Amino acid sequence: MNIPSLTIGRVREGLGKKEFSARELAEEALRHAAEENPKTNAYLHFSPERALAAAARVDEKLARGEDPGPLAGVPVAVKDVIVTRGVKTTCGSRLLAEYVPPYDATAVIRLEQAGGIIIGKTNCDEFAMGSSNENSAFGPVRNPVDPERVPGGSSGGSAAAVAQGTAVVALGSDTGGSVRQPASFCGVVGVTPTYGRVSRYGLVAFASSLDHIGPFSRTVRDSAVLLRAIAGRDPLDSTSAAAPVPDYAGLMDGGVKGLRVGVPREYLKDLASETAGLIERGIEALRGQGCEIKEISLPSTDYSVACYYIIATAEASSNLARYDGVRYTGRSANSETLSEMYRNSRGEGFGLECKRRIMLGTYVLSHGYYDAYYLKAQKVRALIARDFAAAFEQVDAIVGPVSPFPAFKLGEKIDDPLEMYLSDIYTLTGSLAGIPCMSVPCGRTAQGLPVGMQIMTNHFDEGRMFRLAAAVEGGVPPVTPGAAQPLP
Amino acid sequence: MKITEEEVRYVAMLANLALPEEEIHRFQRDLNEILDHMDKLNELDTGGVEPMAQVLYEAGETATLREDCPLPPLSNAEALANAPQPGAGYFKVPKVIER
Repeated sequence: MNIPSLTIGRVREGLGKKEFSARELAEEALRHAAEENPKTNAYLHFSPERALAAAARVDEKLARGEDPGPLAGVPVAVKDVIVTRGVKTTCGSRLLAEYVPPYDATAVIRLEQAGGIIIGKTNCDEFAMGSSNENSAFGPVRNPVDPERVPGGSSGGSAAAVAQGTAVVALGSDTGGSVRQPASFCGVVGVTPTYGRVSRYGLVAFASSLDHIGPFSRTVRDSAVLLRAIAGRDPLDSTSAAAPVPDYAGLMDGGVKGLRVGVPREYLKDLASETAGLIERGIEALRGQGCEIKEISLPSTDYSVACYYIIATAEASSNLARYDGVRYTGRSANSETLSEMYRNSRGEGFGLECKRRIMLGTYVLSHGYYDAYYLKAQKVRALIARDFAAAFEQVDAIVGPVSPFPAFKLGEKIDDPLEMYLSDIYTLTGSLAGIPCMSVPCGRTAQGLPVGMQIMTNHFDEGRMFRLAAAVEGGVPPVTPGAAQPLP
Repeated sequence: MKITEEEVRYVAMLANLALPEEEIHRFQRDLNEILDHMDKLNELDTGGVEPMAQVLYEAGETATLREDCPLPPLSNAEALANAPQPGAGYFKVPKVIER
């Protein structure tokens, strides 16, 4: 069986026709992923025991003639900020290098109930803080399209695993673009659902008013199927939404004729020229399929970076206070007193970017600066949300770029934190508004580097987002995992 | 200069971070650059705008309430399994009272 060519539908067909068992598929997927991993460092560790136990449950159900679930037998990679009982969950941090969670995230439980097979945990920026995956304590991930380049971040390992073809689908987390931007850089589909659509119980908290769990896949349909399996109200996460979960894959069909699609003029002005060309080609593909394309304005866009990096770091400085060397992290060996132990364990354990963000977040919350920074940012966030509410009065969806440029080289931006933050501009706005957003492959540059188009819809309107993504997917050349493919 | 070296040391103390000297200087430079960019927010008039603390959408006022159902808690052994220094069923820490 050819693991990189699999889709959820193909796995279902193979199991149904008894071409392979779930156990055979899991064993082959584990072997293949371990063999390929040195090329990218996408996985931090594998979970063979858990994978084979889950596969055995799928095979037993098949033998009894029961429905094994919509993800039956599908090899899945899970970002290492999502806790897995009995399987190490490091968050890409030295502090949690040996942490073995005593419980499962709700998304993980639902994934396995749907028949999914978790083969391993993927590398990421430490505590999901970064846009290049270079902030992992366990080494960077390399982009499978070009190993000299970053896969994007912070869910770089999940994006690389799917692009490389070692997992059929993956889970990532997105706070300000951490699913969409690596999906764009690696040439795969990445989805940030509506805030509250997927339970965050068991997602290690970064910025609670912004954190999401979202799918990666090689086809739009596979993300739609995976999202349906993990979405829905969870009593263990009071921010999870009670809205019914539709059959997203069913909503994909029917075409996009007559949909009103907005293109924000603020999103096209600072793009690398090849990126702009590819996005315009994607917009033309939508127009060709009957969409009504309208220029719109999201006037607060330019303020999103400042707004986001105040709110996200403020929340992070509070969420990361729990890593204190007492309960689940490593502890500094050289401390006489409790307060010294806190300071030393945290100072030695956190990487540079985490410390920078904790410092920034602590500063903007500190006495005398709270109103000027934190409260101001929360007000600007309301303006950004208003921009979207006004836009959705005029259009059904908004499209634009995910990132101003394609994947950059390892080391290229790591010494300039502000420049790295500024590159998140197009993903931050949707995150701040809490609307569903996704990246869908929209062609490649002359050098063969993938470019993703971002599609955004109103709260809980993932259905139309997937339908538009399917139209883009069908309208531009497909992506094959593995090698770079320059366009003719 | 928005943030002085003194302030960087004070914020590190608030955040319980022991930082080597080179990181104090590096963060002073980085935070100044980032905070300069953040001044951009002052261009916007936010008079009369309610701060947005959470993403809000149409939902009943009791949508986040649930039945108070007791569930089995983590066992003592599980809770301590990742502790750097467990002992006698507790988390052990260095002495709290400083002389």
